[in-house]
Amino acid sequence: MKTSRLKNYGKINRNNVLSFTWDNKKYKGFEGDTLASALLANNIGVVGRSFKYHRPRGIFSSGVEESGALVTVGSKDRRDPNVRATTQELYDGLKASGQNAFPNVNFDLAGINNYLGRFFASGFYYKTFMGIPPFEWGKGTAIWMFFEKFIRKAAGMGSASTLPDPDSYEHAHDFCDVIIVGSGPSGIAAAIEAAEKKLDVILVEQDSIIGGDQLSENEFDSSHIENQIKNLGIKVMTRTTAFGLYDNCVVGLLERVTDHLSLPDKTLPRQRFWTIRAKHIIVGAGAIERHIAFNNNDIPGVMTVNASKHYLNRYGVLTGKKIVITTNNDSVYETAELLSEAGANVTVLDSRTNFEIETNKTFEIRRGYVPYNINGSKKIDSLDISKSENINKYETINCDQVLLSGGWSPAVHLLSHRGVKPKWDYENACFLPSDTKENITMIGSSRGLWNKNDCIASGVAGATDALNRLGISKTNYFFPKPGGWKNPIKPLYEVKYNKSRSKSFVDYQHDVTSDDVRLAHREGFISVEHLKRYTTLGMANDQGKMGNIIGLSLMADLLNKEIPEVGTTVFRPPYTPVSIGALSGRNVGKHFRPLRVTPIHQWNTDHGAKMIEVGLYQRPWYYPKENETLSDSYIREATTVRKTVGICDVTSLGKIAIQGPDSSEFLNRIYSNGFSKLQVGKARYGIMLRDDGIVMDDGTSWRLAENEYFMTTSTGEAAKVMSWLEELLQTRWTNLNVNVTSVSEQWAGVSVAGPKSREVLNNCVDDSSVITNNNLLFMGVASTFLKGKIPCRIARISFSGELAFEVYVKSDFANTMMDLLWENAKKYDGCLYGLEALGALRVEKGHVTAAELDGRVTIDDAGLSKMASTKKSYIGSAMRKRGVLKNNDREILVGFFPANLKETFNAGTIVCEKNNIKGQGIGRITSVTYSPELRHWIGIGFVKGGLDKWKDTTLVGADPVRNKQTNLKVVSPHMIDPKGERMYA
Amino acid sequence: MIRINCPYCGERDHSEFSYGGDATIKYPSLDSSEKEWTKAIFFRKNIKGFQLETWHHTNGCRMWLEIERSTVTHEIRSVKPCHPDLKKVVENNK
Ligand SMILES: [Zn+2]
Repeated sequence: MKTSRLKNYGKINRNNVLSFTWDNKKYKGFEGDTLASALLANNIGVVGRSFKYHRPRGIFSSGVEESGALVTVGSKDRRDPNVRATTQELYDGLKASGQNAFPNVNFDLAGINNYLGRFFASGFYYKTFMGIPPFEWGKGTAIWMFFEKFIRKAAGMGSASTLPDPDSYEHAHDFCDVIIVGSGPSGIAAAIEAAEKKLDVILVEQDSIIGGDQLSENEFDSSHIENQIKNLGIKVMTRTTAFGLYDNCVVGLLERVTDHLSLPDKTLPRQRFWTIRAKHIIVGAGAIERHIAFNNNDIPGVMTVNASKHYLNRYGVLTGKKIVITTNNDSVYETAELLSEAGANVTVLDSRTNFEIETNKTFEIRRGYVPYNINGSKKIDSLDISKSENINKYETINCDQVLLSGGWSPAVHLLSHRGVKPKWDYENACFLPSDTKENITMIGSSRGLWNKNDCIASGVAGATDALNRLGISKTNYFFPKPGGWKNPIKPLYEVKYNKSRSKSFVDYQHDVTSDDVRLAHREGFISVEHLKRYTTLGMANDQGKMGNIIGLSLMADLLNKEIPEVGTTVFRPPYTPVSIGALSGRNVGKHFRPLRVTPIHQWNTDHGAKMIEVGLYQRPWYYPKENETLSDSYIREATTVRKTVGICDVTSLGKIAIQGPDSSEFLNRIYSNGFSKLQVGKARYGIMLRDDGIVMDDGTSWRLAENEYFMTTSTGEAAKVMSWLEELLQTRWTNLNVNVTSVSEQWAGVSVAGPKSREVLNNCVDDSSVITNNNLLFMGVASTFLKGKIPCRIARISFSGELAFEVYVKSDFANTMMDLLWENAKKYDGCLYGLEALGALRVEKGHVTAAELDGRVTIDDAGLSKMASTKKSYIGSAMRKRGVLKNNDREILVGFFPANLKETFNAGTIVCEKNNIKGQGIGRITSVTYSPELRHWIGIGFVKGGLDKWKDTTLVGADPVRNKQTNLKVVSPHMIDPKGERMYA
Repeated sequence: MIRINCPYCGERDHSEFSYGGDATIKYPSLDSSEKEWTKAIFFRKNIKGFQLETWHHTNGCRMWLEIERSTVTHEIRSVKPCHPDLKKVVENNK
């Protein structure tokens, strides 16, 4: 192929010369070039090596359907693989290189794969490794592992940077009446019509300038039209791809903001991911020219006919000197004239014999001829052609370029995203969009219209359709009939090669040949979906935009069926690839998910807390002194709580205000234990079950007044419990007069625990008589004041098993409360304690948390049968008695000691009988800690049959992940102060 | 993306809402038998077409809504508050 830049052609800006590098060599191009047009202008024909066979590949198209010119752009942390050179705008300093080749695309050592074709036929991977279970242990895995890295290296495309992405991405949102996808003749006509009728219009164009196929017209002036339509108030979004349509007229757009700039403004995102909520969608996405399968139809120099027209009139590049155009339809003749006018020697092979066409006769037309085979490897030397009725006899034409047109496929992709199946049109040999009830209208060549005037008319009709459907007008309209060529198309998908195994490509990018399709058929993969997966046809990043129909037609032929009987694969979003960066937007790093902190957070970190994530919350983990490790610290903290006093931030607990005359009745229905007789000024621990009888959550409810309660929930289940209470009140028990309000953010809470906790509090409250042992009994609640007239709620609640109080103040007073409590706790050698110490204290007491109440556990499993009232009905009361929850085989909460008290074990350990260590065992350990009180490791968990069954038997804790086994003794989960004497002190 | 026209907040993305479940289920009284509860909880219809379902406007007004939605097309025919009294209020204000 001999390409050249012509003087009087193109819309490029020749005053702005851009330099770029291709495979480390410097070249020049112009503003307005794509990387592909610049490469062609520099006469570079080989731009890549193919996926499996490493065959030299060139540029096949001028747009998003490109399946040959996939290149790597950028370097270091901005290295972007598999970029279509045909859509990458050229900028000064652009660095690009070929892929899938070593050392380069012109001389590739793996080119030998071309001769090992039979190893890479469809199903190669499946067959080679059949019988070798890749995901199970054993020999097979090793074989797979050994070969995998070679195979992956041999068959692959470019590789992405492994460095962190230096760019930022944004998510953006917009609304409009009508969004128009595509700025070709139909899209522009629709936009103008809709805007003139006062609709709010967004016009989206994936290209850098508007115009669509008109950009291949020499006289078309894109900026003139753009100004004209912007003046109508139309929002024009260029470099923006509508990649998917979703429910309710929601459109996903990817805007490439800086991918075309050499020195982007650092404040700009690289790409924007738009969610557009429209009332109506008009799709004028155009049509894509198909190629034809025949032997060696992939040699660099092969291109679609329309692409060469674009290269000529948009970029001023004549793509060949001696050009053969092969066609089965009328669409190529204008291009043939243009190319010969531009100085190329053009021959048209038309597979049809009877047709009439008016041309300027500057080129030869060979009627009834089809392409049979290309001779050449890195460039085209000549083309063998035959009569379509007798392909065995052929003659050879010398040429340097072969342009293909096997017909046109309307881009029905976006409509297909909505589950609308296209219908096959025999007359035009293509799939046409079907009608849909949704507010989506297809216009232009994406509804099978082949001439410009019809496209413009369809744009106006499309806008009218939108106006009617939106109830704004009631105007009659009609769409032009699909088609528009003088002579009918004659289907031509493949010219069979009879000499040997052929290299006649159906899907260029995945190296799928027509023989591969036949092989799949022979082996029974005849459903379109199976064909696709077995051969990987249409699964590359072009998603079969050019080759799918050819694959379908071959299968139809083999099955003796028509194409519509074989079916079409469903197109799914995205239309063109969307970067992961754009999908995640700003939700990266620390912004990956929301961060929740308590009002005491700053105070905690100021006082040396190391924090840990609990759900979205940051909670104090431990408060190390000097060189203390985590274990040193939590053991000291837990010991201090049991000896004197400790303070712990419990603000992350869910808090719900429950108010109204039926509050007591409400609580009595949702908790498994009785609440109707709870007195004002008392709190109660309660368990909530789900409808199915499994434990949902536990917490406390404090009766503040006759009709007012303050409920706490676990940190993790707070949101779920709130929604649940609202659901019950709004859907099931709609006659209950109860109001629930989340007050989690409004109150800051701490636990003050330990034998000296009352003394500390005495110094902190306004009136210490309120909290004496007599006035504030165990589970008593007081609404009172801290010193300085700070209103507070105090409840005598213990999670640690010690004398303890929970103190809540309004969030704004959190720091004042902490200063006050801490100042006084220090006087009693108290400490601040975190989640790790809290865990140790509660495991010693056998108190369950989320680790135990994991959604599979019943009240009885958790050893809390006494919390299930027998005197009332409540949520889950019938279902907790169902058979499966009652059998003797249930795993019951127990405590575990190591049989040898010097040993340790871990949470997650599987509990087994001594000579039967396998599978899921007979139980599991959920929480483990070192017990400062007992001075050895302890755990709680579940075992089938519970304590009674195993108290005299040594069991084994198997920990296959850590390759460890520990002999275990089963004990009561209440390992310390089982009678609770300390709490009542 | 499904868009839901909340009677209190207006039309919003479905990501603001949480799906509840079948809105036609009559939950038995709390003292009903295990058999009746089993029927209500586990035996659900798998409807193709329009079904009445509950949604919670979790990141909005926090109202539980009764929505008539097609499981095939996601088309929504009606959105009402679940609570019968509120349903009447919304109906009367139309
Ligand atoms: Zn709402």
